[in-house]
Amino acid sequence: MNRQRKALSLISGGLDSLLATKVIQEQGIHVEGVNFFTGFCVEGHTHAIRKKDQSKEKRNNALWVAERLGIKLHIIDVIEEYKPVLFNPKHGYGAHLNPCLDCKIFMVQKAQEWIEEHGFDFIITGEVIGQRPMSQRKETMPIISRESGADDLLLRPLCAQNLPETKPEREGWVKRDELFGFSGRSRKPQMALAKQFGFEDYAQPAGGCCFLTDETYSHKLADLWQARGHKEYEMDDIMLLKVGRHLRPSPNYKVIISRELGEGNFLQGYRKQFISLKTTSHAGPLALIDGLVCEADIEQAAQLVARYSQGRAEEQVELEVRQLSGETRLIKVKPMLAHEIPKAWII
Amino acid sequence: MEKVILKLHRMLCPMPVIKVQNCVKKLTIGSQVEAICTDPGVLNDIPAWCRINGHQVLEKRRDGDEYIVLLQVGDEQQ
Repeated sequence: MNRQRKALSLISGGLDSLLATKVIQEQGIHVEGVNFFTGFCVEGHTHAIRKKDQSKEKRNNALWVAERLGIKLHIIDVIEEYKPVLFNPKHGYGAHLNPCLDCKIFMVQKAQEWIEEHGFDFIITGEVIGQRPMSQRKETMPIISRESGADDLLLRPLCAQNLPETKPEREGWVKRDELFGFSGRSRKPQMALAKQFGFEDYAQPAGGCCFLTDETYSHKLADLWQARGHKEYEMDDIMLLKVGRHLRPSPNYKVIISRELGEGNFLQGYRKQFISLKTTSHAGPLALIDGLVCEADIEQAAQLVARYSQGRAEEQVELEVRQLSGETRLIKVKPMLAHEIPKAWII
Repeated sequence: MEKVILKLHRMLCPMPVIKVQNCVKKLTIGSQVEAICTDPGVLNDIPAWCRINGHQVLEKRRDGDEYIVLLQVGDEQQ
């Protein structure tokens, strides 16, 4: 008697991985999902921070997809292991600091390690030839299979008919003629298949699953690396790049200024790690100073923060300066005028 | 019966889920985990993770700026 075959599906939370998994489930395969968290994944992060977004439903799309499919989902923290991929991607970056091809190879490689450890038979992804300009091209598909070490254990159910047979197909674990031959950027075939399966509500994809594909975010990360003289980062660093206005008045420091209450509350949690500024005479933002600063720098930062307070038009604004030790003092500064803030400061 | 309290302040989705998941792996059926978080998303995400992995949410609530989920470890094999 044939044993039950088991597949591990890379679940991003988008439509393609939802469909790819469903297609394989329909063939009687036991599927479990895996979601690798690099730290740059776009999920509830900013929604959870910003007050204005707190009324929006906050769901983790990968979990939501797994629940729709009735499969287990293993969410794996790969923050540390992912760093070398980002620091030195063999296949280079995309339009910004997104190492998409290396990232995909890395994730499939992690999936391969997982299936070996857990006795699963093959891996599936929602990749579609031509869907993404960097990582999902006909030329990159064999590169991902080869360099990840998954080789012919990597099956892409949505475009399998455009690719050479994989082991699951050859061995008859899945029927090739019940897989698909999607290609190109059009989402219509996926939408039609979703309708066929009865999926009416799904996350809208289009490359928005990683902060590294975002120009502004990548610019902030590049600034961080340049200012520190190395590429090393901690989770807090990459979280803070998602929050507030970032301005660098001088190479030795930058100021992170909250844009609204939710961000202010979030930044408060970092007051033991950074010198912080808060306007006291007027309503205004909370700000963190990232870098080694002298008294003149603190005063300059305070003038900048005052600019974003309700006292921006006043002669003087009072702020509380809080040191890492918790010691506080008050200073009074003249808020900067808009034209006194060079564009080059804005990261 | 063991009860573990996880303080997951400032962590944002999906880190609280990952921490709960990794903690649950080390526990036996019937143990409890209380996750104390500041990301409101956990009120959806941890229960969703529990539902698909066979664990039971005993309580979820907001307490000031904290969002707390109490769960009981179930049988993941089922």
